[in-house]
Amino acid sequence: MGPSVTIVDYDAGNLRSVQRACEAVGLRAKISGDPEVVKRADRLIFPGVGTAETAMVTLARLGLDEAVVTFFKTGRPLLGICLGLQILLEHTEEGDRDCLGIIPGRCKRFEFGDPDLKVPQIGWNEVSQSADHALLTGVPAGAEFYFVHSYFAMPDKASHVLAETTFGDRTFASVIGRDNVFATQFHLEKSGRFGLDLLAAFGQWDGAVC
Amino acid sequence: MLSKRVVACLDVKNGELSKGVQFVATEMLGDPVAKAKAYYEDGLDELVFYDITASSDERNIMLDVVQKVAQEIFIPFSVGGGIRTREDAAGLLMAGAEKISLNSAAVLRPELIKECAQAIGTQNTVLSMDVRAVTKNTACPSGYEVVINGGRKSMGIDAIQWARKACALGAGEVVVNSIDADGMKQGYEIKLTRMVAEAISVPVVASGGAGTPAHLQSVLTEGKADAALVASMVHYGDYRVPDIKQYLHDQGIKVRMNY
Repeated sequence: MGPSVTIVDYDAGNLRSVQRACEAVGLRAKISGDPEVVKRADRLIFPGVGTAETAMVTLARLGLDEAVVTFFKTGRPLLGICLGLQILLEHTEEGDRDCLGIIPGRCKRFEFGDPDLKVPQIGWNEVSQSADHALLTGVPAGAEFYFVHSYFAMPDKASHVLAETTFGDRTFASVIGRDNVFATQFHLEKSGRFGLDLLAAFGQWDGAVC
Repeated sequence: MLSKRVVACLDVKNGELSKGVQFVATEMLGDPVAKAKAYYEDGLDELVFYDITASSDERNIMLDVVQKVAQEIFIPFSVGGGIRTREDAAGLLMAGAEKISLNSAAVLRPELIKECAQAIGTQNTVLSMDVRAVTKNTACPSGYEVVINGGRKSMGIDAIQWARKACALGAGEVVVNSIDADGMKQGYEIKLTRMVAEAISVPVVASGGAGTPAHLQSVLTEGKADAALVASMVHYGDYRVPDIKQYLHDQGIKVRMNY
């Protein structure tokens, strides 16, 4: 049997697509909204679409905000996806809301003078590695991943920026991480072969940066 | 830099690819799942299924197709056709669709867009509009009107105004399908696409009229579209997705080449 992952269920989007992608790369994936199950997981995937405000309210109501932070402190591998990345920071401009604070920094909204730049960013874009990380070694230069987002992460520490992407005239952190947490702004479950490869690598990851 | 997307549209009737596609699909005759998988492996950026099943009691067949496709392909795919309630939309999302596409039902009851956006998120709610050129008049100052039921019924609604209204209600993306250009393989309706793209702040997908890769180039540049939808030009084997993307790449358009 392959490694097992637990996907955090907090009514934030289509968790089944994350689960299907896990299954496609041989991971046993269960979906749970139970804080005790989340804390005890071998590996945790923290996904999410929708608004940060709704997500934070729901996480708090279900006791999952604390559970995710507790899980992070165990040192076991944690993967954030899209909104699940943004919530790992301390604060987001979206609804002026405090988040989990696992990674120091904040989220800001894309703002462009050029009306031809449509927000949200929807589509495929290049991800360029900016720091060494065990999970990024298999990602070829120029590989593109699928994004859908209006806000982007600005970690305080440059060392927490693992890869960058340029949208319009803005270069932002598209992969962030520290210690045993790794998070992608793009949807690796919808990013074709390279997304699946990254998910498979997460299934084997020991939680160490290099 | 964000890539322009090449999107393929498959018409599905009673769980099978509709006649036009079957005509040439040899080893994968009638199976939308196999066709979807072939396009996925060919580097297609996004897939649209359009359910042309006539009766609502056959909709479960479509859910089954969506479920099977979701296990095979890992790029975004949307489903349109016959979605009348937020429950229809949520059901398709649960089955594995990434986005749902609203058309006639939203014209008849615009609140449906809002209901779907609230239930499944703005980014997953797509408005697809069928549009026809008309003589400019007070009801249609842009010279383009919205039609429904596959172009059979005129609604006397201005296309640009409808696109704006749909976005205000929560549509996260707009597909502009020109009924005049559809199936003619003479190119997209560039002027219409550009007018819509300049009027709204969400991405625009151009649809109807693609016959050559040069048509995609025009609509992605001059037409200001974020994505271009193809159907018969790939279904009939005239072009393959990698050929189209290579052409666009050679013309200096940013597309996803590494997959």
